Amino acid sequence: MTAKTDLQGTVALVTGATGGIGRATVAALAEAGARVIATDIGVDAQVDGAVAYAPLDVTSEAAWADAIARAEREFGRLDILVNNAGISVTNSVAATSLAEFRKCFAINVEGVFLGTRAAQSLLARSGEGREGGSSIINLSSVGGLRGAAMMSTYCASKGAVKLFSKSAALEFAALKLPIRVNSVHPGGIETDMMDTIFARYVDEGLFADMDAARAAVSAGHAVGRMGRPAEIAEGIAFLASPAASFMTGSELVIDGGMTAR
Amino acid sequence: MAGRLEGRIALVSGGLRGIGKAICDCLEADGAVVYATDLDAPDSEAARAASQYIRLDATSEDAWIAARAQVEQDFGRLDILVNNVGADLTGKVQDLALADWRRLITLNLDTVFLGTKTFQPLLAKAGASTPYGSSIVNISSIMGLVGMGEVSAYNASKGGVRLFTKSNALEFADAGVPIRVNSVHPGFVETPLLRKGFENWAAREGTTADAMIEAMAQTTPFKRLAQPVEIGKVVAFLASDDASYMTGSEVVVDGGWTAR
Repeated sequence: MTAKTDLQGTVALVTGATGGIGRATVAALAEAGARVIATDIGVDAQVDGAVAYAPLDVTSEAAWADAIARAEREFGRLDILVNNAGISVTNSVAATSLAEFRKCFAINVEGVFLGTRAAQSLLARSGEGREGGSSIINLSSVGGLRGAAMMSTYCASKGAVKLFSKSAALEFAALKLPIRVNSVHPGGIETDMMDTIFARYVDEGLFADMDAARAAVSAGHAVGRMGRPAEIAEGIAFLASPAASFMTGSELVIDGGMTAR
Repeated sequence: MAGRLEGRIALVSGGLRGIGKAICDCLEADGAVVYATDLDAPDSEAARAASQYIRLDATSEDAWIAARAQVEQDFGRLDILVNNVGADLTGKVQDLALADWRRLITLNLDTVFLGTKTFQPLLAKAGASTPYGSSIVNISSIMGLVGMGEVSAYNASKGGVRLFTKSNALEFADAGVPIRVNSVHPGFVETPLLRKGFENWAAREGTTADAMIEAMAQTTPFKRLAQPVEIGKVVAFLASDDASYMTGSEVVVDGGWTAR
């Protein structure tokens, strides 16, 4: 027995599935035996391990309704929802426009709310009788636990995801719905998003160049390196599986020791 | 498919009953060779049921050193150390005897320190030959995160385990020692220890253990206690390479108890 075989018979939907952590998550869930619907903002994309790709703008209520209806029509169920889609904002408070702040919240926070609401009914029905029930995994960040200079908008959005997750977990438990809800908090991971953040640090004069930014961020992790997307995806697959059957409202911190300090 | 802990050697303190037994079972199910340690005589029924058993008073440094000698002789390495042994104590601060306080701190905190200190060299050696290092998992509690009336000594001991864990994680990472260290924080788990604790408490309160356990289940959002295997599987995850980027983390397994 290994956790990797624990998702046989399940159907999962992953948002933001063409990004670094998104692609790794699709692969890890598929390896564990889930049929995975990959979604992202683009009209079409190739995502290894996915059984289907569907375009999904997570800020659109109508798009969510369509995506969940399609999942039910084509697969008959949904057991796992990974609210992974997100963007970063690296800017000073003074220079951040209201539009930029709202866009970040629309994707990072409203996207999680809309996805949870749209999928709740199908997740609840699919979770009946399955060990550990259904599972929602929301991607927060170490930025949802600690502040960081030039990251106020992003950190606020990820802090919101952390507490939305806990409240949804408690609500579903109170309603006796078989849906667990947990948040994942990655440290700095080798993704395009981190490169974007490094470039903005350089723009703002925090570091001389990309290499200096990368070196400083790597050193901020106790283990002295950034994480790989697969190292986050394994944690997500664990939370999706029956191995985490008594976990709800928890925060899974995968940060190479960054926040242990 | 080979188990994800195939070829790994593990030691679980307090491994014959309750959560410890479930941890041993889960690690073995993933392919590890597991030593259970406990206070039982080697010919007791529980000890004979374990795959490998070492009689170990986890409060004794000499006993830990002897256990290390045996593991070193048998395998020359240790990949996974689960510091699970512990006890509980309830009562008003005014009524706690210093001897009882010290006994609890010794059982819950000295044991983690001694296990970690004694086995660090063998864990470091094994960690150097595996892709993502060795793993220490310390069993704290939700009572290491939040307080509860009349649980002060247990709260203090489990809070100590939480930060001892983080400090070890940072110390080893900073020094390049390939050992990850994380804590697990169970909520209320259906174990013999839990029942015994409630029996003692219930006697003082003039109620029954069953009534108190049911009341405790009702205070948990999931409206039930955890089964030991639900903790064991989480420990197996942390022990495995699936948790390769996790160190100094606290994994809360409480059916939503502390999400409020």
